[in-house]
Amino acid sequence: MSDDGGALLEKLRGLVGKPAGAPFRAWDEVNQPMIRHWCDAVGDTNPIYTDPSAAAASVHGQVVAPPTMLQAWTMRGLVPPPSEGGGAQAELMGLLDAAGFTSVVATNCEQEYERYLHLGDDLTAEQVIEDVSPEKKTGLGVGHFVTTRTEFRDQNGELVATMRFRILKFRPPEKTEPKAPRPVPPRNQDNAFFWEGVDRGELLIQRCSACGQLRHPPRPMCPNCQALEWDTVQSSGKGEVFSFIIPHYPQVPFFDYPYVVAVIALEEGTRLISNVIDIDPHAVEVGMPVEVKFVKVHDELTLPLFAPVSA
Amino acid sequence: MKSLTYADVNEGDELPPLDVPITRTAIVAGAIASRDYQDVHHDAELAKARGSKDIFMNILTTNGWVGRFVTDWAGPSAILKKVAIRLGAPNYPDDTMLMTGRVKSKSDDGLIEVEIKGENSLGDHVVGTVSLVLPS
Repeated sequence: MSDDGGALLEKLRGLVGKPAGAPFRAWDEVNQPMIRHWCDAVGDTNPIYTDPSAAAASVHGQVVAPPTMLQAWTMRGLVPPPSEGGGAQAELMGLLDAAGFTSVVATNCEQEYERYLHLGDDLTAEQVIEDVSPEKKTGLGVGHFVTTRTEFRDQNGELVATMRFRILKFRPPEKTEPKAPRPVPPRNQDNAFFWEGVDRGELLIQRCSACGQLRHPPRPMCPNCQALEWDTVQSSGKGEVFSFIIPHYPQVPFFDYPYVVAVIALEEGTRLISNVIDIDPHAVEVGMPVEVKFVKVHDELTLPLFAPVSA
Repeated sequence: MKSLTYADVNEGDELPPLDVPITRTAIVAGAIASRDYQDVHHDAELAKARGSKDIFMNILTTNGWVGRFVTDWAGPSAILKKVAIRLGAPNYPDDTMLMTGRVKSKSDDGLIEVEIKGENSLGDHVVGTVSLVLPS
């Protein structure tokens, strides 16, 4: 954990023992419609929840709410109370959000029931921050566990239930975007021969038909004699590293870093820009003998790259 | 519905297993019945944007299934005293959660402890303990 994490934990721990917020009084009394929605949602056919006559004949003597429904009675719902705000819970969540722990998932819930709830019970929930864990690595991401304890009291102030609830407030892992494919170099009248040669596994060098000078990269006119006629010779593919760099910044999505961009001097005398592969980038040296390898980068791209010549 | 009595129950008894189909409807119905409007429990696009695979069941609904699973077995005269659960693998749509349970202990003061588990295709969604009393 970083020093920042330690300072954060200290601030978070400072909120332990404080009320999460003002006591919250349930919007509605314990009522039959909400009980019915609940029983429908979990397929609970226990008659003490929805059948008044069966409930009257039961140990309860009247309809009761499913005990595990406890928390539902004091949920704020879609539209929270306008007056609500502040409190240790809001402060705690704010601190965690600001530190990047923006996602939340409930992990534990312990409910203890003093008695079953009856129709007309009017609940108030009081919540206290009970614990904040140090930073933990979890399957979901790095985060802090926050535990609260809630007391539920009825209209007479009697304790009817307590709940210990634990959430993980975590930093969602960075999404790994599918890697963009390495761009395909444009082909035109001047360079088509070069790429078509690569497709066949040949490294071709342009040669002036008039003076015989080799040239690369491809272009229409001989820089030596200005002739426009040319043909090609096939390179042996052997050469050496004339110069190289290892790019660090900015990183583009289609390269695996670090990698080597090198000027390769072919033994025929021309130079071309390529990558040196099959070696630790930091072991590359100027003058190192290399040899071409035709690498299929993806379905639409084969490139002449250079690997060290094995001794 | 038949109710068990304290004498009917023995340590090691297995509860009848329950297959819970995890449908979108089940997840959303539970979320709304528990007044939990967090988007990860009903809006798949937003759930994905938050790094989740899909919408997933909220813990309140899991509590409801646990309560129902135990009282389906114990009957309407059972009184739940405590439900303690721990969540693991999320309940995503198009899965099934198999709930199983076993009587862990039976004390002289009438308290029965049941260990429960709900397992989906990803692993244990929920493990927990339910304490209840039954009529003598």
